[in-house]
Amino acid sequence: MSIYTDIFLTFAKIGSFTLGGGYAMVQTMEKEVVDRKHWLDKEEFMDTLVVAQSTPGLFAIDMASHIGMKLKGVKGGIVGALATALPSIVAILLIAIFFQTFKDNVYVEKIFMGVRPCVVALILAPCFGMAKKAKLTKFNWWIPIVAALLIVAFGISPIWCILAAGIGGFIWGKMKD
Amino acid sequence: MIFWELFYVFSKIGIFNFGGGYAMLSLIQDEVVNKHGWMTVNEFTDIVAVSQSTPGPIGINCATYTGYTAVIHAGYPTWVAVLGAVLASLSVIWLPFILMVSISKYLIKHHDSKVVTSIFGTLRPTIIGLIAAAALMLMSKENFGDPTESSFVFVVSVVLFMFAFVGTRLYKIHPIIMILLCGLAGLLIY
Repeated sequence: MSIYTDIFLTFAKIGSFTLGGGYAMVQTMEKEVVDRKHWLDKEEFMDTLVVAQSTPGLFAIDMASHIGMKLKGVKGGIVGALATALPSIVAILLIAIFFQTFKDNVYVEKIFMGVRPCVVALILAPCFGMAKKAKLTKFNWWIPIVAALLIVAFGISPIWCILAAGIGGFIWGKMKD
Repeated sequence: MIFWELFYVFSKIGIFNFGGGYAMLSLIQDEVVNKHGWMTVNEFTDIVAVSQSTPGPIGINCATYTGYTAVIHAGYPTWVAVLGAVLASLSVIWLPFILMVSISKYLIKHHDSKVVTSIFGTLRPTIIGLIAAAALMLMSKENFGDPTESSFVFVVSVVLFMFAFVGTRLYKIHPIIMILLCGLAGLLIY
C-alpha cells in the first residue's frame, strides 16, 4: 500500500467514526498516528496540536493537514485534509437529499420542534466551561460580553470581532515587549 | 451567481474561524441566514442538530448542508446542489491549509513568544463571545415559539432548553443523547 493510500485510509477512518467534531478527534488521532502507525512521536504530535490551535480553520482538518504534510509534504497534507472531510461530506449529502423529501412531514417537524431549543442549550453550555480554558480574569472578562453584544445587539459581523481581537492582542503584545 | 457567492462566503468563514466548530456557527449564521438569506433560522438550527449527530467536524457538516440547501433554494436540480455542497465544503478548507503550510514551522518555534501569546490572550475570550452570540441569536420565536401565539409551545420549549442545559452542563450527558431525548419529547408532546 502506498503511503498516500495509507494516509487517506487512516484519516478517512478517523473522519468516519468520530462523533462530536474537532476536539473529540484528538484522542482518536493520537491513538492512530502515534501509537499504531508510529508516524509521529508524542512531541511531534503536540507540535501538531499547537499548529492546529493557532491557525484558523477546522481543528480536525488542520491536524490532518499538518500530519500529512510532515509525512509527505504538501501533497500528503492535501490527502490528509480531504480524507478527513470526505466522509462528512458524503454522509451529510445523503441526509440532505433524504431531508428534502421529508422536511414537510408532520412527525419530522414535531421532532425538530423539540430538538431546536435543545440545540440552543448545547451551544450555550460549553461557553461557561470555556471561561477557565481561555484564562478569563478580572481584566479580560468584559471581552466575551462586548463581543457577544456587538454581534447580537448591533449586528456587527463576527469577522470584525475576530480581527479587532487579533490586532488588539498584537499591539498589546508589542507594547509589553 | 450562487457558486461564486458560496465560494467567497465559505472561504471567508474558513479563514476567520478560530476556536472550532461552535465558534464557526456565529460566522455561518451571520453570512448564511442574516446576510444572504440562503436558509431560515429554523433550517439553520436543524442543520446544527444534524451536524452534531453525525460523525466528522461540525464545520464541514454545516458547510456541506448549507451549500446543498442554498443551491436548492436558488432553484437548481439536486445534482447541481451536490456540486454546491462539495464546493462550500472545500472552500472552508483551502485558505487555512495554505496558511498552515506557510507558517507551521514559525508557529512551532515561536508559539511561546509574547506576541503570539498576547494575540491568543484576546482571541480566546472573544471566541467565547462569538459562541454565546450564536446561542443568543438562535433564542428566537422561530425556535422557541411565539409566546403571544402559543404559550404552550413556548413553555415546552423553555422547559426543554433548561433540561438540555442542565443535562449537558451538570450531568455531562452526551449531546447526541440530549438531541434524541428532546426529539422524542417533541414527537410525544406536540
